[in-house]
Parts: sequence; C-alpha cells; structure tokens
Amino acid sequence: MKDFIIPTSMDDITNDRDMGTPASKSLEMVTLTIDGFEVTVPAGTSVMRASNEAGIEVPKLCATDSLEAFGSCRLCVVEIEGRRGTPASCTTPVAEGMVVNTHTDKIKKIRKGVMELYISDHPLDCLTCAANGDCELQDMAGAVGLRDVRYEGTENHFEVRQNGEVNPKYIPKDDSNPYFAYDPAKCIVCSRCVRACEETQGTFALTIEGSGFNSRVSFGAKSDDALHSDCVSCGACVAACPTATLTEKSVIELGTPERSVITTCAYCGVGCSFKAELNGDEVVRMTPWKHGKANRGHSCVKGRFAYGYASHSDRILSPMIRDSIDQPWREVSYEEAIDFTSKKLRDIQAKHGQKSIGGITSSRCTNEETYLVQKMIRAVFGNNNTDTCARVCHSPTGYGLKTTFGTSAGTQDFDSVEDTDVVIVIGANPTDGHPVFASRLRKRLRQGAELIVIDPRRIDLLETPHMGKGHHLPLRPGTNVAILSAISHVIVTEGLHDEAFIRERCDWDEFSEYAAFISDERHSPEAMQLLTGVDAQALREAARAFARGGNGAIYYGLGVTEHSQGSTTVMAIANLAMMTGNIGRRGVGVNPLRGQNNVQGACDMGSFPHELPGYRHVSDDATRDIFEDLWGVTLDAEPGLRIPNMLDAAVDGTFKGIYIQGEDILQSDPDTHHVAAGLAAMDCVIVQDLFLNETANYAHVFLPGSTFLEKDGTFTNAERRINRVREVMKPKNGYADWQVTMLLANAMGANWTYTHPSQIMDEIAATTPGFANVTYEMLEERGSVQWPCNDNAPDGTPIMHIDGFVRGKGQFIITEYIATDERTGPRFPLLLTTGRILSQYNVGAQTRRTDNVVWHDEDLLEIHPQDAENRGIKDGDFVKLASRQGETSLRATITDRVSPGVVYTTFHHPDTQANVITTDFSDWATNCPEYKVTAVQVSQSNGPTDWQKDYNEQAAQSRRILPAAE
Amino acid sequence: MKIYVPLDSAAKALGADNVADALATAAKEAGKDVEIIRTGTRGMLWLEPLVEVETDAGRTGFGPCLPSDAAAIIEGAANHPKALGLVDDLPWMKRQTRLTFQRVGVIDPLDLADYEAHGGLTGLRNAIAMSPADVVQHVTDSGLRGRGGAGFPTGIKWKTVHDAEAPQKYIVCNADEGDSGTFADRMIMEGDPFTLIEGMIIAGLAVGATKGYIYLRSEYPDAINIINQAIAVAEKAGVLGDDVLGSGRAFHLENRVGAGAYVCGEETSLLNSLEGKRGVVRAKPPLPALEGFLGRPTVVNNVISLATVPVIMEKGAQYYADFGLGRSKGTIPLQIAGNVKFGGLFETAFGLPLGEIVNDLAGGTRSGAPVKAVQVGGPLGAYFAPHQFDTPFGYEEFDGAGGLIGHAGLTIFDDSADMLGMARFAMEFCAVESCGKCTPCRIGAVRGVETIDRIAAGDADAIPLLTDLCDTMKDGSLCALGGFTPYPVMSALTLFPDDFAAQKKAAE
Repeated sequence: MKDFIIPTSMDDITNDRDMGTPASKSLEMVTLTIDGFEVTVPAGTSVMRASNEAGIEVPKLCATDSLEAFGSCRLCVVEIEGRRGTPASCTTPVAEGMVVNTHTDKIKKIRKGVMELYISDHPLDCLTCAANGDCELQDMAGAVGLRDVRYEGTENHFEVRQNGEVNPKYIPKDDSNPYFAYDPAKCIVCSRCVRACEETQGTFALTIEGSGFNSRVSFGAKSDDALHSDCVSCGACVAACPTATLTEKSVIELGTPERSVITTCAYCGVGCSFKAELNGDEVVRMTPWKHGKANRGHSCVKGRFAYGYASHSDRILSPMIRDSIDQPWREVSYEEAIDFTSKKLRDIQAKHGQKSIGGITSSRCTNEETYLVQKMIRAVFGNNNTDTCARVCHSPTGYGLKTTFGTSAGTQDFDSVEDTDVVIVIGANPTDGHPVFASRLRKRLRQGAELIVIDPRRIDLLETPHMGKGHHLPLRPGTNVAILSAISHVIVTEGLHDEAFIRERCDWDEFSEYAAFISDERHSPEAMQLLTGVDAQALREAARAFARGGNGAIYYGLGVTEHSQGSTTVMAIANLAMMTGNIGRRGVGVNPLRGQNNVQGACDMGSFPHELPGYRHVSDDATRDIFEDLWGVTLDAEPGLRIPNMLDAAVDGTFKGIYIQGEDILQSDPDTHHVAAGLAAMDCVIVQDLFLNETANYAHVFLPGSTFLEKDGTFTNAERRINRVREVMKPKNGYADWQVTMLLANAMGANWTYTHPSQIMDEIAATTPGFANVTYEMLEERGSVQWPCNDNAPDGTPIMHIDGFVRGKGQFIITEYIATDERTGPRFPLLLTTGRILSQYNVGAQTRRTDNVVWHDEDLLEIHPQDAENRGIKDGDFVKLASRQGETSLRATITDRVSPGVVYTTFHHPDTQANVITTDFSDWATNCPEYKVTAVQVSQSNGPTDWQKDYNEQAAQSRRILPAAE
Repeated sequence: MKIYVPLDSAAKALGADNVADALATAAKEAGKDVEIIRTGTRGMLWLEPLVEVETDAGRTGFGPCLPSDAAAIIEGAANHPKALGLVDDLPWMKRQTRLTFQRVGVIDPLDLADYEAHGGLTGLRNAIAMSPADVVQHVTDSGLRGRGGAGFPTGIKWKTVHDAEAPQKYIVCNADEGDSGTFADRMIMEGDPFTLIEGMIIAGLAVGATKGYIYLRSEYPDAINIINQAIAVAEKAGVLGDDVLGSGRAFHLENRVGAGAYVCGEETSLLNSLEGKRGVVRAKPPLPALEGFLGRPTVVNNVISLATVPVIMEKGAQYYADFGLGRSKGTIPLQIAGNVKFGGLFETAFGLPLGEIVNDLAGGTRSGAPVKAVQVGGPLGAYFAPHQFDTPFGYEEFDGAGGLIGHAGLTIFDDSADMLGMARFAMEFCAVESCGKCTPCRIGAVRGVETIDRIAAGDADAIPLLTDLCDTMKDGSLCALGGFTPYPVMSALTLFPDDFAAQKKAAE
C-alpha cells in the first residue's frame, strides 16, 4: 500500500487527464484516505479530484475539470464512513481524516443502474458515430460493466419514427453552424455545454429547455438554431460535450484524430495554446490546450475553427516574379526567384545607394523570423530601414510605457484579472478583439468586479450577463487625454491618490508638479464635458470607483494608441495607475491588449528603425558592438526610415526596393492613395505572404509564405509570454518563412547556416538581456515563459515592477490635451472611428477565406438613428462615406451603440477600403496613424465609388498568373 | 351579535362566502346588529362551512351550513338540526393540542390587535430581549424539527447561519406546499398569517438576517392575498421594518409567488427560483445555511416550522419539548384526507398510533369499506397497511417502519384501491415534476412508468427490474423527489404483492 501520494501539480503540463473538478487554490492541506490510500490535497478539493490525484478514477459524466461541479449524472457517487447515503464525489469537498470508498458493492450497483438508464435513452450506433472511440458515455458503459439494458425504452429521444408515427420527442440535428453540429438524439443532458457557455465563455447562449425527461439543450428560444442564437461559436460547448451531441463537423467528416501537436494560435495577441489534432498531415480539429497559461483551456471562433485558410485554394505555393506590375505573374523556382530578387536589390543599391532599400517585419511571423528579417536588413542590406506593423498599432505603447515605467510592455499576466476588483477598459473591444481574455474578464465581472468602459461605442462588455456595476463614459473620438485628465483631476483634487505608493515608488516632487498641473480647474470633469461630451457626474463616479475600488487594472487597445496623442494617452494611463498605487501586484497594472499574435515579439526583436533587439537604440555603441561582433559586420549608428518615411522617400525617388514579410500595408496602413503611390514608385517590391494580398498588386516578387501550422518558432503574446509554435505539418510551399529569408540573405552574400529556429533563439538569448535564459528546452519543459527571463528572473516575470520600476522611479508625465488637427466642419460633420468584429481578423486575409464569413460578409457603417434620419438613410442602405482624403461606399446599419455625431465601421474587407478615408495625421512621438478619428460625411449612394471600381479593376489585372510553362 | 364565518379556501370551496352573504342579508332583514367576522378554519372540513355564534358560554357552532340556514342562525335557534353546541367542546377540538394553530379559526387573520390579545407578539418581544445566540439555543432546546418533511433540527440550522459571517443573511420561508393531501401551510397562512411573520422575524433576529422572503405557490391565491395584506399591516404597525417593535433592529419581508413547479418546494430549487433562475436542484454541499439565496447564508424553513417559533418563544422551550415522543418533540398538525369520514387538520403531540388516527379520529373510510392503505407524507410517502397501524406518529418510528412522516399528510384508501395503479401514479408524478437535472429521476421515473405497465401487462420479469430501478433512484437521486418516489412504489409492491401479480391481469 502506498501511504502518501504527492498530488500532481495543476500546472504539470504532461498531465492531460481530466481531474473532474477545478483545482483548489487553498494553501491549507487536508489528508484523507481513499480506498485505503492516504492522499493530501488542498482544502476545498473535491473527493473526485482527490481520488484522481491518488490515481483512482471515479466514473463521471457531468463533471469536467474546466467547470464547477454540478452533481447531476450520479455516476461518481461514493461512500464516506460516518456519512449517510452515497454523496457525489464531485460536489463533496474533502475533510481531514475522511475515509472514502469509491468502489463498494452498493456503489457499483448504483453506477450500473444509472448507466442502464442512460443507455435506455441513447442510440446504439456507436460504430458509425462521430465520437466512436472518443466518447465518455461509451467509456463509462465499459467502466461500470454494463452488459444489458433491460428497459424497453418506449419513450426516447433518438428514434425518428415509432410504429410508423413521428416520435414527438425526436429533435432533428442542427447543422446551422458551419463548424459544429448539434445532434439532440445523442444528448445525455449533462449540462456541460450549458455550463461551459456560462462559466467558460460567459455568453449564456445555451440553456436547458423543458423539465424532467423533456429537458433538452437549447440555443435560446425554440425558433433559434445554433447560428441564429447568441452563440459566438467559441467551441467551449463542443469541447465540453462528452458525447457526439456537439461535434466538430471536421471530425464528422474526417474521423477522430490520431496524433496531436501543441502549438500557439496565430490570430490575436492573447496567444492561446492549442492542441492541433491530425490525421496524417490533415488537421482534424484545433482544441484549446488546458495547460495554455494565456487561455486556460478556452478559445474563440477564430483560433478554434478558422484555420481552413491554411489549405485554401487561393494560397500561393510557388514563388512568382514579374518585371513590372502591369504584367501577369510568372511562376518560377525558388532559385530563380531568389536570384532575380537579390540581383534586383543589389542593382538598386548600386544605383541609388545603400539606404535605398529596406524591409518590413511581420507581427504575424515568429520571433525567430522577425529577428532574421531585421538582421538581414541591418547586416546584409547594410542599413536600418526596418519597420513593422506595430508602427500602426502599438508603437505608442512602447514609447509611453518605456518613458514612464522603463519597459515597453504590459505589466501583468492574464491570470492577474482573477484578482481585479475594478477595471478600466479604454479604447478596446475585448469581446470582439480579444475574446478569450474577454471571457476571463467577464468571469471576474460576474463575481462582482466593477467595470468602467471609456469608448465612443457601447461595447458588448457593458452588456455582460450577471455582471456587477458598469460605467460607460461615451467620449467623443479623439478626447482620450481629456477624459483621463479629468479622471486624474478628480482623484487628485479629492485626495483619493495613494500617497504612500507614490512616495515610495515615484518621485514625490515630480508628482507634486503633476498634481498642480492636473488640479487646475480646466481639467475638471465639468470643464472637460464640453470637449468630451461625457457627463461630469458620471465621470466623477467612475473616477472614485477606480480609486477606491481595491485592485484597479487598466486594459486598453488601439482606441488609445491610434491617435495623434496616442503616446500621451498611454502615459496618462500610466500616471493613473501610479497615482492609485495600481502597479506591481496581481489584479492591477497597465495592460495593452496587443492586436496581433506576435506584435510584442516583433517589437522585442528589433524591428524598429531606431532600436536593436531588446529596445536598445542603434546609436548605443555597446549594443552595436555585441551584434557587430557576432554578425561580423559594421552596423549603421543612425536610425533608418519608418514605414511612412519609406513611402515618402519612394514618392521622392530615393527609396526603391522593399521586402515585406507578412503584412498588407496597402490595406492596413492609412491613406491608401499615398501607400499605393509609394509602392508604385518602387522598382522592386517583394511580398512574402500566404495570398496575393492587396500590397502584392504592386509587387514584383511574390515569395509564398508558410502558415503557423508549418513551422517551428515562438510567438510572444500581450502578456510577454513566449509560447512555442510547432511544426504541425510540413510547409505546403516548401519552406518556412525563416528559410526563405535565409535564402535571400545568403544570395545577397550572407553566410547563414541555421538549421532550426532554436539556433536563432539561442542567438537572441545570447544578444538580448531580457531573453538571456530562454531556450527551446526550457519552453518544452514549462510550456511558456514570460520575459524578462534571465539570471535575475530565472522563472520569467508574470508581473513586472513588483519591487520597483524597471527605470528606477516611476515617472509622472505632464499630459496636456491637444486636440487633433482632424476636425469636423460643415462639409465633414461626423467623426468616423474604426474597430473589429469577433468573427473577422484584421484585414481579413485569413478569416475571409473561412466559413467565418457567415457571421460577417461585409463591413457595415454604424450610424445613430438621428444622424441617419437627417440624411434619409435607412437600415441596409448603400451609403457613401467621404473624408477630406477620399471616399468609399458600404452599407449602413442604424444603431444607438454609437452616439449622435459618431459613425463606426470595421476594416476587414478590402472592398470597403476604409483606409481610403483615413488621414495621414499620426502620433506625435511614434507616427502611429490616427485611424480612430476621421471627419467624414455620410450620404446616400447607388453603389461602389469610382475609386472602388478602379481599384478592383487594377487588382484583377495585377493578380493574373501565367499558366506554368509545361 | 358576533358571528364567525371561515374565509379559508377549503371552507370557501364549500360555500362559506355564500353563507356569509346570506347571514348578512338575514341579519339586515331581521333588523339585527350582527358583526360577521371572517376567520381561518377550525380544521373540521366535514363541518364546513362552520358558522360560529358568540354566546356568553362561548362560541357555538352550526355546520355544515347552507345559505338557507342563515335566517335560523340569526334567530339564535340553539336546537337547529345543524347546531353543534360549543365548538371548543367538540371531541375533535378537545382532543387536540393546539399550539401552532392556537389562533387559527379563532381570530380575524388580519386583526393585529386580536392577534396580540391572543398571545401574539409575546414570543417576539421575548426574543428581542434575549441575545441572538440565546434565541437560537432556545429553539434548539425546544426540539423543533423541520416540519417540511426532512425533520432536521431547526435550532442547528439556525446556529449554522448564526455562526456564518457574511454581509447579508436571509430567512426564506418555504410556502410551496405542493404535496397532494397537505394543507397545513395554507391553513395557517390564511388563518393566522402574523404567526408566520412573527416566526420569521424571530428567525431573522436570531441569525442576523435583515431580509426575509416567503416563497408562496401560485395555486394559493387566497393565501397570497392574505399574506400580502398581513405584511402591509405588520409594516404599518412597526412589526416589520427598520425598527422591529422599537428594538432598533431591522427585518424586511417580501412575498414571492412561485410558478407552479412541485420541485420548487425542494429548498435548493426554491432558492434558484427565488433568484429568478430555472427551478433546478442544487447539489449540497454547499448547504443553503452557508451559501443559500444569492450565495449568502440562508435559513430555509417550512411555514409550520417558522409559525411554531412564536409559541416556543412565548411559552418556553421546555413547555414545547414536553410534548411529543422520543426525538419527535412538540406537536404536529396532521392533515387527514382521502377516503375518510372526518377529514381535516388535527394538531397533536407526536406519538399517536397511526391506527388511532385513521380509525378513531378520522372515523375510517367515507365509503365504509375497510381501510386498505394509508399514504403518509404526501405523494412521495410510503403506504402503510393496517397491520402497521400500531406505529406511533414520530420521525424515527416511521423511518423504522420503512416510511416517513413528511409534512404529516395522511391519505386513506379503502379496499377498492389498485395499488399497482398507485405505484404507477407515483412514478408518473415524479416524471411530470422532475426538474430533469439528475439521471435517476429524469430517466428513471419515465422508465418506472413503462416498467409498471409491463408488470400490469403480465411481464413478471419486470418486477426485479422495478426493484433495481427503485434502488437506483433511492440511492442515486440528487434530491428527495427522485429519492423518495421509491417509497410509495416499493411499499405498494411489498405490502400488496397481489396487486402486482402477473396472473391478475393475465386472467382478466
């Protein structure tokens, strides 16, 4: 007999067993005896989980360790000495000295009796069932030794017809959702799906309809099917279902998977861990990995289901070249393409100078790939003309947080939200942009945390079911700094600031100066109300709630950064966190919600023209020495060109060639006309991508990209977590992106010899202090690690600035509100702001090539009923959207989510071309474009604008591909 | 002249309102100054409508009355064929120990002054003068156990809530009296609502709860109406509110109406329903005493348990505990129904043998045929056969005999009863009322009906299957609905095997 069992840790990433109930976080330990074995577990652990810890699996159907115990299936009953009856082990917590028997004759009889009942209402079509071999009901029937079902089962839910009559209890399969099917005939009413929708996702789309034997899982009202219900298709219910009732259509079609690889989602900055499950090299499904520390076993519709683009027929798998963009593409070998490209780039440099070419790294690619691209530009191109798409999203975060705290990154891990008491969400729409984080936040809101949303739109988070108090400050776009100043004004003038924290962690004199500035009456909510449109009293209440509410956390997105005062807003947020003492522990902090999967990593890896990896300025001799020694070259000490500067220089004729890896600047960057003009002026535009994207219309070389499923590497998410990306299948295009970059670099004279991305990571670790201890071996062992990870923080750093700010003292910055130059006027009286929708991702290159289009197949313009009526616009009308820059057209949807005077749209569809409208105003510090404020006019329209027509024509011409020579 | 006419819905169903109208008309015609006071019922349902006339000797009764009897009653005809003499001297009344129901049928249910005149609010005043812990101790010492059926010691439950620390605690009164053949909760709510309110206030003061809810079934419109009015009266009089009887302590009370689900009489389903959720059973633990309404410590007690607290606080714990038998202390309001000569409510100390209740108090069957079975404790209670009639009425005693007392409803059947049909009804009842959460109840009850139908059709193999099914439901169900349905089924099968014999149906 074993007399002591050491519990398996909840973070043991090799243990994928379902422990039945969630782990207890108690520090108090309790020892009990189960079937004669002594086991010690945290207080609050269920008897079921304790049994599992002891290696004794208690049969179960309604329990799963991602959900709170429910106690409905009655299979997990046990006997406990000194207690009456047969309690369910899932709902019974352990007690000191408890003696549990899980397998007595009485228990065995009950279990068999319960299973006999289950099977009496279940079709016996196991051999042809999609869950065959992956069905808990099947497993349990085996586990309890059920050999006979003696009931006649006259009333049942699975027979379509009985004695020639329609069986009124039979409900047909619901195939409406493109990704999963709901087959009520197989349902055992364990409520795992309903609970997953509530507890894990927080949408409450599912319920149990009816009672008793008529209890059926339902997507809301009787008329609702899965697709037309509140369901957001996150897949939590499908993952939770123990039978074939909710099954991925891919499994129904392809069969149960036979192998799996753990990897990281390549959509947003949450960085969810997934188990890619395959048959051969065909992905059967992606299931969220329970040990993923960012997602804790949850997922959204994109990561879970929208991976079909990887095998979409639009994908370009062979390199293509052409001499000019009016020619059709010619498919060539990699050899020819690389030779063509390297010669062209070297020719340009010979003619126009060393600095006449450059490149853009991708926030969609791995750290290793990004590192290589900037290395190629700096060491092989011989200049610092490298930039990245973070330029257009979170560059102000980097600047603002480095200035105030000393580190260009968020301060927390996602787990931190579990301890948050009051949260400010500003300029972010997490339920759509960062859905898995939103679910974790909503869970905390349901537990009573207070929510303050600062956003021009009434975002869905404000409508979280069962949440506590919520505040909405619907500001006029462009007045973020004014709002934050007013909040700080209330806190400082009402004495709600945390003096002890400020004295210890910041410079008191500096704060005093700031306090004098912010206390000025012009920053009062009453004075600011004219500018922001936000009710002064509502703002005061929100400010008090944040200052007094306990652990206060601030989460923000591009609605903060993509403004002419983006950097100022980030610093105002940092001020607010510091003055309320909300830095340096769990539950607090400043948390930028990064847009792309690896935007943090792309910044870390030295993608910016002025910074080498690790945010060290190119003018710093010591840093340059490190890289010069290793790379054997001399590096330029002058910063290179930013993206807008490259385009300007191209128009001026001094910048002629660009290598763009995994970014569609024509669609994603502001002022499309200007981007197009810049690209058209270049002699060699190289696009490396999965598809012929919009930028490729102006390209001379197309290098096929590889998907995240086809390569090894790492992504760094919004919480600085370095997650492994693993090669799930071989690249369909022949090479991983890093290999293609290496081919080009070597063709241009480099002598790189990497054979695996781990060697690139070793080089990153050797040169970059924050990554010093990061190795692939470590990531294998731990799953992930948050930088900084070095000798000072060997386990990584979930929460930053615990004992002091990285820069020493936290710095208060005076944040004067300066209105943007983009103003409304008689011709353009409305303010346009932009955002995302759940089912689509950014420019939509991937999600548009999946069934996600059933939820959103075109961009819509949200307009307030009042503004619509003034213009004679009805819901669904085609409207013209015009700004000082240009005009486009799209359909209108009338909603009071937006205030009068504000219109809103998404930018997922190239047909819409929202960036034809946006201006070239940008952040004063980082050039981050002001996407979020454009003065516009909306008017009735008959259809696409001339620009849209011309554009589509040019695109069609440009996308022609010559048939391969045979 | 004061005349008392019940307003109880059982009496009204038998025409009490018409009788009251007729009395008023007759008084007017006779030119007499008559005050008609509506009261609760005395519980003698075979005498309803029972009209009582105040005399110097006491209240004399006439019943069962028709409107046509009104004139004679007004005239004061003591020798009227329906004259019963002094009501208090009727054997049914004299044999009772009316503690909980002391005022029911006696006072105007909404007359707070009359309530006080009959001992009301004394218990509350005593409780206010004591420490909360002492009140809890007092209730514990009285031996009062949950009258809803589970029989859990009320004082222990209160102590758990008293000892729990929370920003808010609640008292919830379970007035979802769904068992067929039971009506004690209704009668006290209609006849003496203040005693329930007083009991809830005492509970609140004892455990530190400032808010109470009555969860009252929608099928009791009269009780809903009277409770609502009584709450308003109590609020106006300062019995309820921020300052209970000037004590400086608050207790607020709200009446919530159910939506017709039997299972919402189960305390955790009731709490879900009260919170606005689906009325499904919650797993215990957590106990409602620690995580109840809105997740806060909550006393959930039956109407009778709470309505008995005032008399305990009025007359003392020992006074109450001195009644009864063994661990079943105090009194129990028996509700006698079914095929019975004298049906109604009879409050007595625990310990009366079942046979005495059935044959003596109730006078045997109404049909005159021999008693075949008595179902005790509502539709989920076991059947008792005459050979078990020496079982004394007590929690442990009935448990020992394979049954339960439940809410103390007794339904009597004569020898024409088909016990297979009764067993089938029990399964069908469970199937209809199941919340659907746990498998043994959700699927088991439907299979139970099917299996009994097989037995009825002559399939003897189905009998062991029914026995196994009952074991699964009894040991495997989440709450008492599925867990107790086997009581009537198995007791019918065991006590009356002939009714289940295959040849019976086969021969027909």
